[in-house]
Amino acid sequence: MTFTMKSALQLSALALAFSFPLAAEAHRGWILPSATVLAGENPWVTFDAATSNDLFIADHNAMRIDGLKVVAPDGSEGKLENVATGKFRTTFDLNLTQKGTWKLYTASSGLNARWEESGQRKMWPPRGIQPTPEAFEKEVPKKADKLEVTQSSRRFETFVTSNKPSDSVFKPSNVGLELVPVTHPNDLFSGEKATFRFLIDGKPAAGAKIEVTPGERRYRNAEESAEFTADKDGQVVISWPRAGQYFLEAEYEDAKAAKPATKRTGRYAAVFEVLPQ
Amino acid sequence: MRSFSVTFVPAVLTGLVAAPALAADLAVKVEIPTLNVAEYHKPYTAVWVERADNSVAANLAVWYDIKMKNNEGVKWLKDMRQWWRRGGNALTVPVDGVTGATHAPGEQLLEFSNGKAPLGTLPAGSYKLVVEAAREVGGRELVSVPFTWPPKKAETLSAKGSAELGTVSVLLKP
Repeated sequence: MTFTMKSALQLSALALAFSFPLAAEAHRGWILPSATVLAGENPWVTFDAATSNDLFIADHNAMRIDGLKVVAPDGSEGKLENVATGKFRTTFDLNLTQKGTWKLYTASSGLNARWEESGQRKMWPPRGIQPTPEAFEKEVPKKADKLEVTQSSRRFETFVTSNKPSDSVFKPSNVGLELVPVTHPNDLFSGEKATFRFLIDGKPAAGAKIEVTPGERRYRNAEESAEFTADKDGQVVISWPRAGQYFLEAEYEDAKAAKPATKRTGRYAAVFEVLPQ
Repeated sequence: MRSFSVTFVPAVLTGLVAAPALAADLAVKVEIPTLNVAEYHKPYTAVWVERADNSVAANLAVWYDIKMKNNEGVKWLKDMRQWWRRGGNALTVPVDGVTGATHAPGEQLLEFSNGKAPLGTLPAGSYKLVVEAAREVGGRELVSVPFTWPPKKAETLSAKGSAELGTVSVLLKP
């Protein structure tokens, strides 16, 4: 059976009723700042970038940061210094030469496809290959068994602030799943609640599933994640049970995709620091 | 003939005799405790008046290491983390009459006049006098004393810290 636009539209009405657990990813990629609240003239921050199971323990793979972007409070691009890739983590420094809030992020979006040929499962893009729209046209059949074309987006972010916080870096790109903070991400304190708003392609990501996990994983038995579902405005209210560093993961899925995709998915992740009262 | 007048002091005002004779409308006493530690550093301390919504109405004192070369002492102002997030992060230091060097253990008396910097003119309402201290290789503590402005009577209100701050008193004079 092939997907048609009509059946896709019929499905979109049901999309929000879908209830799905957060698709577990074996390893989480994270970028951890040494501090998120900085004072003084042109302070420096250092970062660890790695993928691992346990937060925030660099014991698996260094993260590749070719696509990492730094946005300064005035919108210009920041410069990473002293970049070094070791066995388990990539480290780099950032000189906060402007007062205000800086954002570090990686973001990508594009199509992927699955289908079957003579019972063989096929997927596109092939593993390890950088996809292009032209390659999609050439390599993905227009009709195939169990063809499923998905428009997917991924984003990772973390924030640091020098002196007085600002909000210029919160301006959404309106592509994919992203966070527009209502509570400033560098003003998080244990015992307080933070309100975060999620957008999908610029619109409220109602029903997005969010999971928040504290760091220091090695020193306790249970994962201790907390789960939240975004409301009709795409908002969640997160309580921080204790001070420390946290990993937030959000997932969204619906059928409101632009042709030729029939499914739209978004994944977002971020690292936050919560200070003690 | 010598005239001799006596001012009759009504009983209700006798409390005034016990209160310190102050020129100021609002005075603050901050006790920095003596601590028996191997490596002692005088604490960074911020004293401010806070509105009911936790925003800073007036910065009254900020004591930090003002003598470090290249003004590096400002790097740790953020360790007074509630002061920092409630308004300290927008303050450009030094500020005449507000910022100064850290103090050794003992009692500091600060006096302020209504309408004059740094207290300024506080609109009537409920406030808190807050003191936050952060000590290098040491702890951090916040002590807060609620008060109503303008004061209806002369009184002393106080609260006590348990580790990094001793007694914090607010002396009000109507």
